[in-house]
Amino acid sequence: MTDKDMRFDYLLRLGDNSLILGQRLAEWCGHAPMLEEDLALTNIGLDLLGQARMFLSYAGEVEGKGRDEDRLAYFRDTKDWRNLLLLEQPNGDFAKTMARQFFFDAFQYLQFEGLAKSSDDRLAGIAAKSLKEITYHRRHSADWIIRLGDGTDESHERIQGAIDDLWGYLPEMFDMDAVDDAMLADGFGVDVAALRPVWDDYVNGVLAEATLIRPADSWSVRGSREGKHSEHLGYLLAEMQFLPRAYPDAKW
Amino acid sequence: MVALAVKDELIEILALVKDPEIPVLSIADLGIIRRVEEGENGHPVVVITPTYSGCPATEVIEADIASMLKLHGVPDFEIKTELSPAWTTDWITAEGRRKLKEYGIAPPANRGKVALLGHEEVSCPQCNSNRTEQVSEFGSTACKAQYKCLDCLEPFDYFKCV
Ligand SMILES: [Zn+2]
Repeated sequence: MTDKDMRFDYLLRLGDNSLILGQRLAEWCGHAPMLEEDLALTNIGLDLLGQARMFLSYAGEVEGKGRDEDRLAYFRDTKDWRNLLLLEQPNGDFAKTMARQFFFDAFQYLQFEGLAKSSDDRLAGIAAKSLKEITYHRRHSADWIIRLGDGTDESHERIQGAIDDLWGYLPEMFDMDAVDDAMLADGFGVDVAALRPVWDDYVNGVLAEATLIRPADSWSVRGSREGKHSEHLGYLLAEMQFLPRAYPDAKW
Repeated sequence: MVALAVKDELIEILALVKDPEIPVLSIADLGIIRRVEEGENGHPVVVITPTYSGCPATEVIEADIASMLKLHGVPDFEIKTELSPAWTTDWITAEGRRKLKEYGIAPPANRGKVALLGHEEVSCPQCNSNRTEQVSEFGSTACKAQYKCLDCLEPFDYFKCV
């Protein structure tokens, strides 16, 4: 891989994370357990969509083959997506959505804090801007973890179950592969492996306050960086990409 | 260089563009116009900043700027978006804050003050009471949170401090 290919891949990872989670949150529109949450989830989804647009536009320019944000969002198949497996997992109930959100918010906050110091001004600018929004996201999801964990017997049981179910998807967030190493070396990217202890401290604190138990590390899955995804991504893409594929170049 | 007089004139025209979501505010009130500079071909370049990453108003604002400039006889120009330094609610002008309050939206707290106090002090735009309570950190648009007043009991929007 050339340096250009690696930058393209790195930007896709960032953009795809935001876009896939944003799409999942959009599925809650009109279905959240209360009006405030309907607004919150779709607002957070919109922030993520905004991030995705900035990353994918940048990725398309780096690639230099004339693909813009829409082309990258709507005309790639599962094997070309680079989002974390965690983020494509189905919404499940509200507890599962919040657990997924909380783990990612805690990670993304630290990742973007690092990216805001990237030697690349454009990447640093996107990260610094997004960090302001992620601060709100993280507070929101952490509040819900505490509220559900330290709530009723049923809410406690559901959120603990969601955390247990998702735990094996988390190690992938902190993996470093050849692209990550190269991007770190030239000051473009961040060392996500090094974020693990800080993430652990933060997550452990919230789980303790929520009277929840941190699961033991056992199974784990990975593969998104090579385009190996769970079956769920295909269904998500089918819905997200249907219109532009059925009516190419359709305009509002 | 775009001559100073022309530049001032352009900024006056730009100040006529309203925010599509909060139409009492102009984009100048919001601090969305970073500057006007001269492009390579001598045409003016309007440099703006997005507010929130996913704010759907951003594209509407660009289109509104373009039609406002054309309407005032400026046919050739370029609109450029710049991310850094990231937009902050501290860039909303005093005039903008006054208009927000009049419109029924509590203006954002000053970021320095929030850092000092450790929390945001939000007063009710109806009765000015400081006894208010957050209902949700997310509201009808990306920039707003939902609050209620504990004195006059009215719900209201708060322009989030970022
Ligand atoms: Zn009041």
